Amino acid sequence: MTNTLHRFGDAASFRDDFVVFAIPSRGNNDADSVPKLQQFLRMAVPFRPVNLGDARHGGALRPSRSMNPTSHWNRDARPDFEAVITGLSTPTTAAAVFDNRAAAEDFVKAVRAADLGLSVNISTSIDGAEQCCDAAGICRHSVGYSLGFEGKTEHLPNADVLKISTMCGHGMVSASLSKKMIDWVKEGRRTPEQAVTYLQRFCSCGVFNPVRAKRLLEEARTRTK
Amino acid sequence: MLRLRAEPRHAGSTSSDGLVLAQRAYGKINTLVTINPKKCVACGNCTYVCPMGAIYIDPEIKRARINRDECVECYACYNGMSQEHLNPAMVRTIRRVFQMIRVRFDPEPDVCPTAAFEPDELTWPRIVRRAFSDPRVPHESTGVEGRGTEEVKTNDVSGRVQVGEVGFTIEFGRPGVGVWMRDIEEMCRALAQAGVSFEKRNPVTSLMTDSRTGALREDVLNEKVLSAIVEIKTTIDRTEEIIRLVWEVEKRLDTVIAIGVGTRCDNDGEDRVVAPILERLGYRLERAKTNIGLGRMSNPQAVRREETVNR
Repeated sequence: MTNTLHRFGDAASFRDDFVVFAIPSRGNNDADSVPKLQQFLRMAVPFRPVNLGDARHGGALRPSRSMNPTSHWNRDARPDFEAVITGLSTPTTAAAVFDNRAAAEDFVKAVRAADLGLSVNISTSIDGAEQCCDAAGICRHSVGYSLGFEGKTEHLPNADVLKISTMCGHGMVSASLSKKMIDWVKEGRRTPEQAVTYLQRFCSCGVFNPVRAKRLLEEARTRTK
Repeated sequence: MLRLRAEPRHAGSTSSDGLVLAQRAYGKINTLVTINPKKCVACGNCTYVCPMGAIYIDPEIKRARINRDECVECYACYNGMSQEHLNPAMVRTIRRVFQMIRVRFDPEPDVCPTAAFEPDELTWPRIVRRAFSDPRVPHESTGVEGRGTEEVKTNDVSGRVQVGEVGFTIEFGRPGVGVWMRDIEEMCRALAQAGVSFEKRNPVTSLMTDSRTGALREDVLNEKVLSAIVEIKTTIDRTEEIIRLVWEVEKRLDTVIAIGVGTRCDNDGEDRVVAPILERLGYRLERAKTNIGLGRMSNPQAVRREETVNR
């Protein structure tokens, strides 16, 4: 799951995007990993994450299988962190998304102190991750660089759309829906907050960053191209 | 629970035995998505949510339809859309009336108002599409959801990439372009010719009939997936050579590629070797995934194995 690695944007555009995730290694430390993963997620809550998720069940805002006509006017767009934590039932990747470095740093310090024994990764700008590690007194073990997109890039949509749609690295937030939401925000048919909730529900592992998405929609609203 | 088992290498034969094994392995995710024409009201919401753009409104039947060639069975439509259970006849009537008086029908864009998407039987080899495209399905060969790879994310435990080595993840089709397995095979063959080693615990590797040649099972080559990752490992001194090889092959492939380069940091937590090579090749390094080294073995068998090695 390199689903957070290839988010589109320059380092500055990741200033409000810090994904910290824990992952068990199959055959090495997965046997007793479920309670540890739950503990990892639970520990994140006091640091006010903007999303939590596990790769099997999704994020803190999920689609509903049983809407009724009245629910359009009172759809619950509040993230349900407790459902994510209690719903994690199998060894998988658990992720916490933060919109500021201070929170990510404090969380990493807490995770280090808890000594869960799981692999923990920070996915953000290279400098941002280094600063988190320095603050927590941690030496980086390994690093995986994203070299961006290449090949037939003419198939890709424009940068505004890419920045939003690549926040679900699994590709479940489609470019078409991202473009449609940018257009709807431009037209004033939906607010950025509303548009973000539609997009976020498609992310199947909970790493979509609604705060960054809202900012990107605001920026795209006034862009001319 | 849905689980995907990528076939073991011996099943790469096209013999009936191989096919039976393959079908058994993938049998637990044997459903594809269909649109029930009796329920569909052609609201068009699903045409936007499909990552491949494979859903359209057919003007002849006035219902949404799936372009089966382009559909990668990712289930974004079925899993991602909220479902309402309105009466289709009523919704069609309302929409027609609104259309006549030029009133804009403005539904919630992430909802299928009549729950028209339904799972149906999915057979081999098409089942491979879902295995590589639906991120909720873990690959049996690795136990990992998404594209099924651990890469350097667990390097502190697995030791997959050691000092002096570099691990490549060459990802095809992301974001939202998709890739045919035959294109992946072309890259695999070129890499195999260069003498690299493919990561064994990787879903693409598990579809190879021969990792020395990079050949994939013949019966999956005409399947399209949302994305897939080829994982290789080599020594650091070959970093530039491998990247130049990828550049050469990607010109011939009708898809996008995202390269990830993983390396082990030194004792100070720094990478002073690989990043300069990448920058010299013209890459601007903006984002990375940093393993902070908190993992350790805890499965009893793995701990015993480690103790034996250290003894």
